Amino acid sequence: MKRTLENIENQFETFQILNEEGKIVNEDAMPDLSDEDLKEIMRRMVYTRILDQRSIALNRQGRLGFYAPTAGQEASQLGSQFALEKADFILPGYRDVPQLIWHGLPLYQAFLFSRGHFKGNQMPEGVNAVSPQIIIGAQITQAAGVGLGFKKRGENAVSITYTGDGGASQGDFYEGINFAGAFGAQSIFVVQNNRFAISVPVEKQSAAQTIAQKAVAAGIEGIQVDGMDVLAVYAATKEARQRAVDGEGPTLIETLTYRYGPHTMAGDDPTRYRTEDMDNEWEQKDPIVRFRKFLEEKGLWSEEEENELIEKTKEEIKAAVKEADNTPKQKVTDLMDIMYEELPSNLKEQREEYSEKESK
Amino acid sequence: MAQMTMIQAITDAMRTELKNDENVLVYGEDVGQNGGVFRATEGLQKEFGEDRVFDTPLAESGIGGMSIGLALTGFRPVPEIQFFGFVFEVMDAISGQMARYRYRSGGTRPMPITVRSPFGGGVHTPELHADSLEGLMAQQPGLRVVIPSNPYDAKGLLISSIRSNDPVIFLEHMKLYRSFRDEVPEEEYTVELDKATVKREGTDVTLVAYGAMVHSSLKAAEELEKEGISAEVIDLRTVSPVDYETILESVKKTNRAVVVQEAQKSAGIASAVAAEIQEKAILHLEAPVLRVAAPDTVYAFTQAEEVWLPNHNSIVEKVNAVMNF
Repeated sequence: MKRTLENIENQFETFQILNEEGKIVNEDAMPDLSDEDLKEIMRRMVYTRILDQRSIALNRQGRLGFYAPTAGQEASQLGSQFALEKADFILPGYRDVPQLIWHGLPLYQAFLFSRGHFKGNQMPEGVNAVSPQIIIGAQITQAAGVGLGFKKRGENAVSITYTGDGGASQGDFYEGINFAGAFGAQSIFVVQNNRFAISVPVEKQSAAQTIAQKAVAAGIEGIQVDGMDVLAVYAATKEARQRAVDGEGPTLIETLTYRYGPHTMAGDDPTRYRTEDMDNEWEQKDPIVRFRKFLEEKGLWSEEEENELIEKTKEEIKAAVKEADNTPKQKVTDLMDIMYEELPSNLKEQREEYSEKESK
Repeated sequence: MAQMTMIQAITDAMRTELKNDENVLVYGEDVGQNGGVFRATEGLQKEFGEDRVFDTPLAESGIGGMSIGLALTGFRPVPEIQFFGFVFEVMDAISGQMARYRYRSGGTRPMPITVRSPFGGGVHTPELHADSLEGLMAQQPGLRVVIPSNPYDAKGLLISSIRSNDPVIFLEHMKLYRSFRDEVPEEEYTVELDKATVKREGTDVTLVAYGAMVHSSLKAAEELEKEGISAEVIDLRTVSPVDYETILESVKKTNRAVVVQEAQKSAGIASAVAAEIQEKAILHLEAPVLRVAAPDTVYAFTQAEEVWLPNHNSIVEKVNAVMNF
């Protein structure tokens, strides 16, 4: 019997364009991005890093609720989002708020989501996305459905969904990529492999050497990308998008990345499962540091510009917090009203009860 | 008018809506060329093409999740879960996801999905093919649970369900699929959701039932009549939300009620109905509200099925108990 596993694993080398020193190591794969595009990518990464720092602080002050830190994953999150068109549909995981913001969700609404206010989940007209999924993997089968819907309608659009290395163990992950393959759905599945599902290391998730190779079993394209290299993530996503709309099927993208912070702000302590050496090793690969070097080398970025951006970002965050503060509190009757198109009899009766309570 | 079995009426409802609305999609395991294991989708793929009526890979959670994605792109999906005992495989997609999507999105993402599935016992199936799991669904806010008891209602209720902009779990009792025929109009019509109907008028006791137990209740009512007891029989048709108005009106007249379900006593919806009756009409009651249900075991192995399932005799017994209280 011929053994195939080794041959398959050898196919999944990590795709990289920009190395840790900020040097282009794969000129042929360099995506066609204008100087302005490159600067925009940098601005978004810096903005998102600052937003993460401020969100953590706001959470500690009790001014934000549920928050899953994003620092370290900017290239994976924003490089892939930057490759999308407005018509594309994002089905995010719980850590993927930055992609929503850059796809059009106003920042104050992202704060409302964190605070547990339903207005944070209402995408503005034309923002093709749903709020972050909490059940690990549930968004993956849904993304296959959106991708199939786009195919049936002949639209020049894709669905893109995000999960982590733990998510790639879920049944819904396999069902989702398999359905997408079987139906030729216009979908992209991004697995941000940040090495830990809360505390469980990726090595304990699976015997598979890469998550990308799981694509093989579903008969779809798979690629492993350096998830700290924003150019590689962008190029891989752009290509996957093109294949999807050209009718060449879905793609699984594994990005190798790292979250510097805890799983969420709800009491997770990464020192219980990660070493300082490991943290330091990954900080050497930082997506912003290497991209800054690359841009500075090209004369496209300066410390001054970055500081200006940081100040502006902080102001924007302050304004968004204020706007979130000024949003009227939600009432139980508001929640009743969004359950069904029309209130059924049981809720009608209960609504009267709460309407009276809430008017007092 | 045509004479149709319930399964023919169900096929006819899907045909009607596939014709009416190009966003309607019908799919599931063996649903395409094979026409479904019960033939509920017989001929539909041939008539409407593979793009609109199709087979899926064998994975219920995938079917549920895909339905949500299709709804997000403006389709009106009508997926089939081959047997409702398989619902455990798709619980998150139904209860964790489609039931909550409109709410989660602050009212902006409706889920016009109708999940059809055969359920109920008495047809000697292997394990997990015969459970009455409507109670699981009825306990999930955001869903509607519809259970027809006859061909006419099946067509009208299914058309209403498909047109609903909220998710509906449409449960088809396997024993009723081909057990009798009814006059069913060939043209389109709807039967309103959330509305029960009085199947038989009576003055002494109210029998509240749904699905196959409507027929057992009617049979019991006939026998009771011979004993001089006049039973009113209500068919809930939608079991979540329940039309309490119709029930309470009847109970205030008869002053006695027995709630009948095929599900186990601790499952189903009879407990909720009994609780609501005593909350709203206790001063009208001459006796406690009793329940007819199966015992609280896992669904019976086939050889014990006939004894395990409630029937008209168990209903007559409980009615006698409330009459002699």
